Amino acid sequence: MDKRNIQLDDDGQLRHFLTIEGLKRQMLVDILDAAESFTSVTEQTVKKVPLLRGKTIVNLFFESSTRTRTTFELAAKRLSADVLNINVNASATTKGETLLDTQRNLEAMQCDMFVVRHAVSGAAHFIARHAAPHVSVINAGDGRHAHPTQAMLDMFTIRRHKGDFYKLRVAIVGDILHSRVARSQIHALSTLGVEEIRVIGPKTLIPLEAHTLGVHVHHDLRSGLRDIDVIITLRLQHERMTGALLPSEHEYFQLYGLTEARLDLAKPDAIIMHPGPINRGVEIDSAVADGPRSVILNQVAHGTAVRMAIMAKAMQRLPSLPARELH
Amino acid sequence: MRVRISGGRVIDPANDVDGRQDLFIADGKVVALGRAPDGFTADIDIDATNRVVCPGLVDLRAHLREPGQEHKATIASETRAAAHGGVTTLCSPPTTTPAVDTPAVASLIIRRAEIAGQARVFPLGALTRGLEGRHLSEMAALRQAGCTGVSNDFCAFDNPLILSRAMEYAATFDLTVFVNAQDPHLANNGTAHDGAVSGRLGLAGIPAAAETVAVASCLALVEQIGVRTHFSLLSTTRAAQMIARAQHDGLPVTADVSAHHLHLTENDVLDFDSQCHVMPPLRTLRDRDGLRQWLSRGTIAAICSDHQPHEADAKLAPFGETATGISALETLLPLSLRLVDDGVLTINEMIASLTLRPARILGVEAGDLGPGRRADVCVFDPDHYWVLSRDRLVSRGHNTPFLDWELKGRVTHTLLGGVPVFEYKS
Repeated sequence: MDKRNIQLDDDGQLRHFLTIEGLKRQMLVDILDAAESFTSVTEQTVKKVPLLRGKTIVNLFFESSTRTRTTFELAAKRLSADVLNINVNASATTKGETLLDTQRNLEAMQCDMFVVRHAVSGAAHFIARHAAPHVSVINAGDGRHAHPTQAMLDMFTIRRHKGDFYKLRVAIVGDILHSRVARSQIHALSTLGVEEIRVIGPKTLIPLEAHTLGVHVHHDLRSGLRDIDVIITLRLQHERMTGALLPSEHEYFQLYGLTEARLDLAKPDAIIMHPGPINRGVEIDSAVADGPRSVILNQVAHGTAVRMAIMAKAMQRLPSLPARELH
Repeated sequence: MRVRISGGRVIDPANDVDGRQDLFIADGKVVALGRAPDGFTADIDIDATNRVVCPGLVDLRAHLREPGQEHKATIASETRAAAHGGVTTLCSPPTTTPAVDTPAVASLIIRRAEIAGQARVFPLGALTRGLEGRHLSEMAALRQAGCTGVSNDFCAFDNPLILSRAMEYAATFDLTVFVNAQDPHLANNGTAHDGAVSGRLGLAGIPAAAETVAVASCLALVEQIGVRTHFSLLSTTRAAQMIARAQHDGLPVTADVSAHHLHLTENDVLDFDSQCHVMPPLRTLRDRDGLRQWLSRGTIAAICSDHQPHEADAKLAPFGETATGISALETLLPLSLRLVDDGVLTINEMIASLTLRPARILGVEAGDLGPGRRADVCVFDPDHYWVLSRDRLVSRGHNTPFLDWELKGRVTHTLLGGVPVFEYKS
């Protein structure tokens, strides 16, 4: 098997966007800069640029998601691409077709990009490994592994509010074990050079050797939030609240729920983030989610511009469009 | 048929033989070593100059897929691969379809192997009916049909009492119980070692404790029941330590390890390489080194292939959705020889771990080139370098992470009961 970074082409340019891991800092900065330019597109009367005109992008969702799929669709349309939305759960695979069969059939229809969401870790890598030479693959979330576009819009939001990454201390609170978002955020924050990344949660929700990801592990919210600049709370899925991972929502909120009182431990200008959807009263108090330090809605607003930048970068259409021209 | 194998370095740990000698075979048996018996004239003369002559390899775990999964492989195809790999005796797990829980299935496997005539096959019988972990299988009948041991493979038991009863019942008939020690609840449908790599890739983890907890509970039962027990496919250092302690305490326990667990680690799973999706999962570098150490001390007595051929589609899916296992019969010898180069084993110890020791664990006549013994022989060139490529594989399964590896050591001749079943032609 080829052990090269399959995200990059022979010239080291981005071809697929599967995970943040292994990408250079400059590439992430380029994406953030491009996204900055694209935000002005969304504010224009005609919210379109012709970068991907004539290209066909397939939103290939093996796992249901309305919000992520919508932002990808919007991003593709604003780049002037043709978009197909395919909910695979309801189609071919239920008739026994393999993932590879589905992919090959779509490639035969001359599609140029797959935006893939799948419940199994590594699915986007698998599709990229078997992709036709002209096809790019964007990972829109695979199992517990990665959700790199979400992480990039989170980085975009952090940069907009905090500027430089280097002196930041960032805490990620909640279900790290099952979170593809957290993994991608950790890689992105590391690559962008933040001073410290902490993960906070009970041992049942933290991977066994989390420290190898370059994070500091805290099981106590108080120590974890001390002097923090950015707090990212993660969605706690209700189905994981019972069973053997946690005793109850009540106890989780008592120990790890983000309340106004607990925010005092962080820096006074700390921002609060959440990839959504929010479980109010479980991982975050409404007063915090809707409070002045919350940037949760900004994250949502940035989703389209960041995904436009990533799609254009993967199709190698960014260099011909200097960022300033879009302003 | 009379065969003379001349000029080779004969290594036969069963008889403490290591030296350049000729081997003489007649009517399927070894008749002499060194000097030809009076009046011996060979029908076939094999020149083994610069080669090693040893007993045919004995593999404690090779899935043949028949009956039930002939789309993956057949007894004929995989015993042919065995012959290419120098393996003359192999033990097949009971996980066929249907499972080996009736004498009919066991007899079918043995009979088809006899017809194929490439290697001797000893099936393990199912420890419980249908491998469902609820009712005991008819072990006396399975033994009579030719099963040398019984196993539930990785299939779970309803509760520990069933395992205890099954061990007691197996002991009644002096059957060895083969155990794949993995607690199913702790394994929790995981797909990779619970550690740094699974954490990084977001793969569901199987903790090392899934193995050690199962070994510990099994050892407690062995202590009580006294049944001869073989632990298949150890993957953790801690489990090997526990086996060593049990052996020190006099319990009748043995263990083996797969050749791939002695070379690969969890890091090989990076990039979601489905060819490295195996069960038990590839563990840490420390575990790999520990397994090598306990192998060198003899606590782990044997190296097996854990051969699992698959059709191509079985590995063409995201990592966690692929079938587990490696097509491994043809890499068993070269991967074991690599341990000699790495200083883990002497070549004599390596050959013992592939011949004499697994034969003793199985309780069958094999792994011995003494006069009068069955002439199952492997001749190999220990210095022959070759690259494993898809078109070189004889097995129907081409699923191996060792493709494109440069391997050292090439089987040149395999004899089964004195009859050549494989000769390497470059």
